[in-house]
Amino acid sequence: MDITVNILLTIATAATPLLIAAIGELVVERSGVLNLGVEGMMIMGAVGGFGAGYLTGSPWIGLLAAIAMGALFSLLFAVMTLSLATNQVATGLSLTLLGLGLSGMMGTSFVGQPGERLPNLYIPGVTEIPVVGKLLFGQDPIFYISIALTAAVMWFLFKTRTGLTLRSIGDSHASAHALGIHVIRYRYLSVIFGGACAGLAGGHLSLVYTPQWVENMTAGRGWIALALVVFASWRPWRVLAGAYIFGAVWIGQLHAQAFGIPVPSQMLSSLPYLATVVVLVLISRNKRLTMMNTPASLGQPFVPDR
Amino acid sequence: MMRLELVKRPQRSPLFSALSPFIAFALTIIAGAIMFALLGVNPLTAFRIYFIEPISQVWQLHELAIKAAPLILIAVGLSVCYKANIWNIGAEGQFIFGAIFGSGIPVLFPQFEGPLVLPLMLLLGMVGGAAYAAIPALLKTRFNTNEILTSLMLVYVAQLFLDWLVRGPWRDPQGHGFPQTIQFGDSAVLPELMPDAGRANWGFVFALVAAVLIWILMSRMLKGFEVRVLGSSPRAGRFAGFRLSRMVFFAFLLSGALAGLAGISEVSGAIGQLQPVISPGYGFTAIIVAFLGRLNPLGIIAAGLVLALTYLGGEAVQSALGISDKVARVFQGMLLFFVLGCDTLIHYRIRLIGLALTKQEAAAKLDAAPKLKEAR
Amino acid sequence: MSANHDGSNLLEVRGLTKIFGTLTACDHIDLNIARGEIHALLGENGAGKSTLVKMLFGSLEPNSGEIFWNGQAVRITSPGAAKKLGIGMVFQHFSLFEALTAAENIALSLDDGSPISSIAAKARALSYSYGLPLDPESLVGDLSVGERQRIEIIRCLLQTPQLIILDEPTSVLTPQEADKLFETLERLRSEGKSILYISHRLEEVKRICDRATVLRHGKVVGHCNPREETAASLARMMVGNEVQAVVRAPVEGIETAQPLLEIRGLSRKPATPFSIPLKNISLNVRAGEVIGIAGVAGNGQGEFFESVSGEVLQQDAASVRIRGKNAGSLTITGRRLLGAAFVPEERLGHGAAPRMKLSENLLLSRHATDGKAFVGTGGMVKSGAIYAASQRIIEAMDVRKSAPDPEAAALSGGNLQKFIVGRELDRRPSVMVVNQPTWGVDAGAAAHIRQALIELSRSGSAVLVISQDLDELFEISDAIAVMHNGELSKPMPIAEATFEKVGLLMGGAEPGHAEHTLETA
Repeated sequence: MDITVNILLTIATAATPLLIAAIGELVVERSGVLNLGVEGMMIMGAVGGFGAGYLTGSPWIGLLAAIAMGALFSLLFAVMTLSLATNQVATGLSLTLLGLGLSGMMGTSFVGQPGERLPNLYIPGVTEIPVVGKLLFGQDPIFYISIALTAAVMWFLFKTRTGLTLRSIGDSHASAHALGIHVIRYRYLSVIFGGACAGLAGGHLSLVYTPQWVENMTAGRGWIALALVVFASWRPWRVLAGAYIFGAVWIGQLHAQAFGIPVPSQMLSSLPYLATVVVLVLISRNKRLTMMNTPASLGQPFVPDR
Repeated sequence: MMRLELVKRPQRSPLFSALSPFIAFALTIIAGAIMFALLGVNPLTAFRIYFIEPISQVWQLHELAIKAAPLILIAVGLSVCYKANIWNIGAEGQFIFGAIFGSGIPVLFPQFEGPLVLPLMLLLGMVGGAAYAAIPALLKTRFNTNEILTSLMLVYVAQLFLDWLVRGPWRDPQGHGFPQTIQFGDSAVLPELMPDAGRANWGFVFALVAAVLIWILMSRMLKGFEVRVLGSSPRAGRFAGFRLSRMVFFAFLLSGALAGLAGISEVSGAIGQLQPVISPGYGFTAIIVAFLGRLNPLGIIAAGLVLALTYLGGEAVQSALGISDKVARVFQGMLLFFVLGCDTLIHYRIRLIGLALTKQEAAAKLDAAPKLKEAR
Repeated sequence: MSANHDGSNLLEVRGLTKIFGTLTACDHIDLNIARGEIHALLGENGAGKSTLVKMLFGSLEPNSGEIFWNGQAVRITSPGAAKKLGIGMVFQHFSLFEALTAAENIALSLDDGSPISSIAAKARALSYSYGLPLDPESLVGDLSVGERQRIEIIRCLLQTPQLIILDEPTSVLTPQEADKLFETLERLRSEGKSILYISHRLEEVKRICDRATVLRHGKVVGHCNPREETAASLARMMVGNEVQAVVRAPVEGIETAQPLLEIRGLSRKPATPFSIPLKNISLNVRAGEVIGIAGVAGNGQGEFFESVSGEVLQQDAASVRIRGKNAGSLTITGRRLLGAAFVPEERLGHGAAPRMKLSENLLLSRHATDGKAFVGTGGMVKSGAIYAASQRIIEAMDVRKSAPDPEAAALSGGNLQKFIVGRELDRRPSVMVVNQPTWGVDAGAAAHIRQALIELSRSGSAVLVISQDLDELFEISDAIAVMHNGELSKPMPIAEATFEKVGLLMGGAEPGHAEHTLETA
């Protein structure tokens, strides 16, 4: 029983950063912007979060720093693609490349240092309840944030007027502009929200998952988050499901390696990446359905004529 | 608050087409100076060490060529993809598979020697890169799968596969347990161009030839026209009778083959054996090279040399000033950002809307509600 | 006209100017709109009508000039500001969201924040009271063009505007739907609202408008009462000189002529969520004749064009036959090699690559048919030959341009269309299929293109023209068929065809039913 609970807990820990980054990117893409820089924003959040936590001794300040770092870094992308109308694919790629380099440079002195870890929730008497106690009331704070964030995004997108406006921009920015909706302003806020989420996800890696700084420690999770959005057909609850499936794959291969299953460890390590490819194939093969779900103006630059 | 506003030019500006890479480079230097100053280093000293000292002697130019060769080879292939609006970002994986395929001969058949070995290795390298690139192409055309994500995921898989290979079945039994293959035999090593002057090998020549050939293809041939039409207006391409699915294969196989050639050239030239890590991210840096060269193969030659210099400079400042060699990656990233930003100037004029006008607009908004104003 | 800003007019515009680069789209425009009038804004394509109304609605910013609303000087900086003033707009290219419902679309343009369910109820009530029935729950992507326009109109009316701007509203309607719209407009006028009605259709302007302002090349060239003018005098004001009338000599013995394009039982499943399936279409086009296909936009014309041209292949090779050969499984290149030529509806991005030179755009449709002339050994493009050929076409079609070999996007719509049509005519094709030959083209260029199509047919080719412009089809066709909801009616010889008959078919009436209605009417 304990083993099962522990495995479920580690799955949740592995799924949380994927979920947060993907939920952020979902909002960005719903507004019609494709930000391929998730990996870069995430690693910047990780280094910023670790650094601030390490220097101040407070993981909570680290958490805030991670969010701020991701948001700030995404602002760069927003200025480029929204104000200068650069190619979103190329700009997102360069955001990732720059993030990987910059984080490496900033983190040189952090390598090998012990970091601060965010404490898990503990409610005396409640957390000790067998099985559900630890699962529901004994996890790290970012886990609870991730669940609340998913619910909030769902409510925002489908139950509020502002959410409707955001979706309409993703469907047709030209129509939205003609109606007097501030397309660029909405997109700026969406991109920054996505950046903050990616930063938080990175912060989870360096403040909870493995409280230390390792170069390239995101290991492609930002890209998997991007794939999750496609997999989820741009729906929040499916992102949640997808993130936990991937969390399970990630943990599964780690456990398999630990148990010494007679398969090369490299092959097990490549499972999450192969799974991403397989999942993308399965979800994309129905071309009509994909077309129906994809925000119609996704990736198109928008320049209003004045 | 300041606000940017873009005004579309009626025609693309030839002036800014030519100037944009230089403006971008100048902005990178300025940003770099700020960065060095923040790191507590005199920017002038840093730039001298970064950009000038690494190329002040002939043997150093050879090192530059060694670094530039794979970048140029990969980037010219990628330029065809990007012109066709096909996003292969997995060149790093294709590079690795080219290296693995080509290395098969010297690793598995070390006794096989003679003049045939090298051409066969190079050919296999191209086949390996192309075959690995064919996977995302197939998935895109058959299953409509996003090639950005699949080609990238396959990079991680390729890196892990190479790691397994050199630690497992292909490890040199006499290598004292080091994760590496045997040293290639003499006939499997790419010869140096001028052994007396420096280490540069034939890989650089391959790069130059590939760039010129791709330039002819893109600017003079019907196939290049097809690439440009499908990339810029796919419906017009379909109207012309060009098939997008074939173009996906063409672009992926071509760029994969060139990345594979770069991979085997690197291994048989600069390294001489397979190791767990054979590339300092050439496949990703080549994306920057392709854009800095404005997707023009001749421009890519120059861009490849510039980016190669950022690698050498990064090593130089690390040893001379004790700054992380990651500074190279930062330079590369900034350069790409500025290039993309400056390219906006080719199609748009930029108007800065300052504070004054915003106030005016605020007043106008008041005007728009006549109730609030008294009759004139 | 003296400027009086005493508020006797609802809207007054003084010296409004808009410059795009080197083009002055609107040049010191003056315009008065009184309360309770339907005011026509006349002008041909490219005269500056759309630019003017976009400035009135706040989507574009004027370079200079003044706008007075109820006698007050105003600056309209955004569509939101225009709405606040009481200006509503029904766009020519609808500003709707396909993935959202009608109610959500309406909610997006209202700023009051009321819940969507109450908006849906209000929209439903309003739509019935104006005789424009609408289901607020339906997805816009599933609706016909006419229904989409209703959403635009209802959306506009829900804001209770004092001035409603309608940009070419009837171009997407059947004649009968247009009648319905006119009733609505007259009712709005009787409620004291003002309407700015933009059109280049003179008959309808004469019918419903009280006053007219005429634009030409961005300038106001006159004000008039359209009821006192003739269609010809209005046309003269718009165009500036007489437009050469298109001459169509009757054809004889067409029944015995050889069919060059045969379509037999062509069907196609919808390719995208919102596209129209084609249902068992059959049609013959013979050497020497022009056949017109009428229909409201979005009834399968685009899908039909793709199928006939070979941009999309058919299962059944015999469903499209060109010069007696099965072509259904041939690509567009294969069909071109059989002697067919195609001109699609969209110029930029389909018929031509916007950022490529005209000479390169020549290669677009002719790299295979004229392979020897334009492409050398090893696939090298003969740039000299394509340049010479493009210059030949430019001269033959009188294409006006600013540079020797400009990018396609730098040409005006009319001139680019002349080049695209000329590119195909230059091959002397035996089958020519054209979708919307003169959409958005100025009158002079349109007459030129129409005449060229008639002449091609009379020289022994088969010409098929798909168009939403009934005037055009009646001008050039020898017979007219109607496409509705993916089905094609039997072609009606031009001598028997009337606007009413064709209009009823466009609205979806059965052919037999159409005649019956006419008899009883």
